[in-house]
Amino acid sequence: MIKKITLLIIILILYTTKLHALIEVDITRGNLDPLPIAVSPLSADKNTNDKLKKELNINKIGNKISEVVENNLKNSGLFNPLNKDAFLQKPDIAHLKPRFEDWSLIKAQALITGKVTLSEDKLRVEFRLWDVLAAKEMMALAFTTVPSNWRRVGHIITDKVYERLTGEKGYFDTRIIYVAEEGPKTKRVKKLAIMDQDGSNTKYLTLGNELVLTPRFNPTNQMVTYLSYFRNLPRVYLLDIETGVQEVVGDFPGMTFAPRFSPDGKKIIMSFAMDGNSDIYTMDLENRIVDRITNHPSIDTSPSYSPDGKFICFNSDRSGYQQIYVMKKDGTNVKRISFGKGLYGTPVWSPRGDLIAFTKLHKGKFYIGVMRTDGSGERLLTENYYQEAPSWSPNGRVLIFYRETKTDTQGKGFSAKLWSIDLTGYNERMVKTESDASDPSWSSLLSN
Amino acid sequence: MNLSKFFKNAFLVMLACLVLSACATKKVQNQMQGDVYTGTDTVEYLASGVPDRVFFATNESVLTTASRDTLRKQAEWLRKNSKVNVVLEGHADERGTREYNLALGERRANAAKDYLMTYGISGNRISVISYGKERPVDSGSNPLAWSKNRRSVTVKAN
Repeated sequence: MIKKITLLIIILILYTTKLHALIEVDITRGNLDPLPIAVSPLSADKNTNDKLKKELNINKIGNKISEVVENNLKNSGLFNPLNKDAFLQKPDIAHLKPRFEDWSLIKAQALITGKVTLSEDKLRVEFRLWDVLAAKEMMALAFTTVPSNWRRVGHIITDKVYERLTGEKGYFDTRIIYVAEEGPKTKRVKKLAIMDQDGSNTKYLTLGNELVLTPRFNPTNQMVTYLSYFRNLPRVYLLDIETGVQEVVGDFPGMTFAPRFSPDGKKIIMSFAMDGNSDIYTMDLENRIVDRITNHPSIDTSPSYSPDGKFICFNSDRSGYQQIYVMKKDGTNVKRISFGKGLYGTPVWSPRGDLIAFTKLHKGKFYIGVMRTDGSGERLLTENYYQEAPSWSPNGRVLIFYRETKTDTQGKGFSAKLWSIDLTGYNERMVKTESDASDPSWSSLLSN
Repeated sequence: MNLSKFFKNAFLVMLACLVLSACATKKVQNQMQGDVYTGTDTVEYLASGVPDRVFFATNESVLTTASRDTLRKQAEWLRKNSKVNVVLEGHADERGTREYNLALGERRANAAKDYLMTYGISGNRISVISYGKERPVDSGSNPLAWSKNRRSVTVKAN
């Protein structure tokens, strides 16, 4: 199913500068002033182009890879990739030694060049990042991989460039698992689907025979946990997306739901509902030991660990309405942290540890927001008719969530789509999917 | 002074009458009491005179007087048809987060189950499943549609 990823990253450090970069991207401001960057098409010789055309039906691999990079940079909201029509220098020459005057003339502050060669059925891609104003090379790397991995090369290049220019890890060589939806609202057919972060390479992991909800990635490997209504028994399942093997998690005499992995990937934390009461449990995936974490007659659900694994945030209506609580990993020291107006749900701890993202319902509107882990500093990022379930990019910069539209008086016009927004509240945009989509979960970086 | 107090009271009484009558007309129009659905559009029947579902207020799992009446009819029918087992399907409206709604649907179906059990139906004959907001009967985005969707439906399992 999912093609085994065999990316051999041989990083030949052609040249690394220890000098401080003169250009820097300020990531705290969002997209107010995105950095103008020129992404030159990667050069490829005729032999390489002909062979890839014949074997993989890819035209002009160098252009294709640069388009992946360009698209990533643009979608981040932090970069403004310049129109290629304005480029004066040829890709192969620019890669050797850019004529910086030409690039500064079109207002580029940074330039990416590269070269693709095919030898012994391996694709070798090298790229360089140039500081145009300082007329200096900032970074040079090369990768060797199988040709079918060419899109991933584009994502890895973007990650390297992003990290070099922002000082933070990227999030481009990642995937999103989500629920693909179709059919009328009253009889929605739902399938697990996975795609690259940029919407490419969509694959369906279930057939739609049973209802599936809330898939979440293991942060350490290619396992996924989700809720399936297989045989009309809603239970938490574990799925290996490499092998397709799936199994039910634990042996509970009722519905288990709202699963998530612990940061070390060794436990699943989830809700178990029995006799009208939902509490939070964990199951150790190695020894299968089940621990009860909360024991309260209210609804306790949507648990999420802090990145150090020491705390758990969760959703409970023990105060009478849905609010966000934080407790120690053993269930002690339960503290309510949401005190604003309205209802709060789906808390998710940021991978950086300092923030909790949530869904808020107030006066008939749904908001995605963030607050500090003690509940202070609440900031609402986006308001809509219906949206929920934020998931963090692995670097904690971007949130992906889903949004549903209001139907008209005949009940028509329903849709569900994935959206992403920067932590700053800027760069809100729809993430393209082949079908309607909900419940997105962002993977960790596939390569590091 | 006294007179003005009298007028003030009279005015309040009139206002109350107006509000009440306004509510009364609204009830008929909207098939709702408070925000609990009281209509019959979506209701199916387990047997003649035995409605299959009960409705709930927003975020609530408390059974209304009408719901208890329906469940007593179901219990009576189940006592007469002692070989029938049932599944109680709990549902929520679309105005909540998915995971909370799954828990809420389970709580609603169990409220109905508990009531059937107090009227002598064995818990062994009743199973419970929550669909959260996944299976609305009305796809509308308005308070009436939502009220139809906040429900527990008793379905024959055999």
